[in-house]
Amino acid sequence: MARTAMTAAAAAPTGAVTLLIGTRKGAFTLRSDGSRRTWKLSPPMFLGHIVHHMMLDPRDRRTMLMAVSTGHLGPTVYRSTDAGKTWKESSAPPAFRKVPEGEKGRSVDHVFWLTPCHANEPDSWYAGTSPQGLFRSDNGGVTWTAFSYINEDPQYLEWMGTVQDGTPDGPKLHSIIVDPRNPKHLYFAMSGGGVHETVDGGKTFRPLIKGLEVVEGFDPATVTFHDPHCVRLCLSNPDRLYQQNHCGIYRLDRPSDQWVRIGKNMPKAIGDIGFPMVVHPRNADVAWVFPMDGSTVWPRVSLGGKPAAYVTQNAGRTWSRLDKGLPRADAWWTVKRQAMSRDGHDPVGLYVGTTSGEIWASRSEGRSWACVARHLPEIYSIEAATFGR
Amino acid sequence: MTVHIPSALRSYTNHQGEVQVEGATLGSALSALDARYPGFRFRIVTEQDRIRPHIRIFVNDQQTQELRSPIGPEDRVYIVCALSGG
Repeated sequence: MARTAMTAAAAAPTGAVTLLIGTRKGAFTLRSDGSRRTWKLSPPMFLGHIVHHMMLDPRDRRTMLMAVSTGHLGPTVYRSTDAGKTWKESSAPPAFRKVPEGEKGRSVDHVFWLTPCHANEPDSWYAGTSPQGLFRSDNGGVTWTAFSYINEDPQYLEWMGTVQDGTPDGPKLHSIIVDPRNPKHLYFAMSGGGVHETVDGGKTFRPLIKGLEVVEGFDPATVTFHDPHCVRLCLSNPDRLYQQNHCGIYRLDRPSDQWVRIGKNMPKAIGDIGFPMVVHPRNADVAWVFPMDGSTVWPRVSLGGKPAAYVTQNAGRTWSRLDKGLPRADAWWTVKRQAMSRDGHDPVGLYVGTTSGEIWASRSEGRSWACVARHLPEIYSIEAATFGR
Repeated sequence: MTVHIPSALRSYTNHQGEVQVEGATLGSALSALDARYPGFRFRIVTEQDRIRPHIRIFVNDQQTQELRSPIGPEDRVYIVCALSGG
């Protein structure tokens, strides 16, 4: 165990971290010094645009993609090949098949999620949309086409439901995860429609919902009732996944297909409802959540106005509260599913973006927190990136 | 015809607020605009050929949401961004 920890520590990156921040009114970056103590905010990029997700390509550490729409205009994807200095629009953003006149076709409202494909597939990316669709680009995000059959499949369309069946601003396909050992092994989740897996590069998909609970009174065997909020795979053990769901926190150890509700071990007064989840890059027993109030009408704010992360060090058997430095009271914000992230450093840096436009950072794996930016627009997403030198 | 471009779309038209384009219908005019300014059409028309929910188009003083609406060479087309909230 100690030897593993030492190896892991040697592999951890060092130096400056850049947070890629998507907000309801534009994109920002927040760059740290080498010690991650001080941070510098960029001017806004695409001010006024809704930026759902911004990702750095870890394969070259220069290319970036940004999923963008506006209040008026339709969705698109912007691409930068110079670490964000300049951007060009995709010439064919993700779009559903045009149906013949008289038939009812779907239209992409926004691109919600971006995931680089496997390390052996440079320039290839996946995108998840709202309404729920899965797309792929094999030219670095310049053009996009539907990936696999699911966007048109009657069974998947039934599971996806309609725009009325999803979250208020539309059901989302998210948590697209590529197995680092096998580019043909892929997971994705749908905010209305469960978790799904392919092991043959998208020729076939199957639901992965055993053990997951659904809202009381509904049948958990019905795929469409499942509402995963955020699924994460452990890079240090790709057979382990964690999930923050509408109905609890879960862990899955493959080859089992039975999720285990580890959120039952959270303090009863806190519960196990939330949006985001983050896993440790080098220790598959360590994961963090940021619980919210899921009682009565689902306020979806920090419980009691006292925000806190919770960590497990033992794969979900026990949980500890991490709130040092966070507001002690009267902080009624929410952390959305893409708005909690980590870097790869040792100790791991954790980053939380709030609906009230603050960014809280911890360079001690959550043991203490500091506000490193405030007064931003509502934060939709944060990714911690390390650019190439 | 003359097409009035709203500020939200002028990044496509080299910041021009008015452009001249040819086409017998609204759809063909927007396709001609897209050929000149790639990406323009998809921001205001869905892949199902429907005008997006917060876009309104007027031909002279008549609103139309139909791409097949006929347009004459002397007509003025107004693309308006409308009602997207705060």
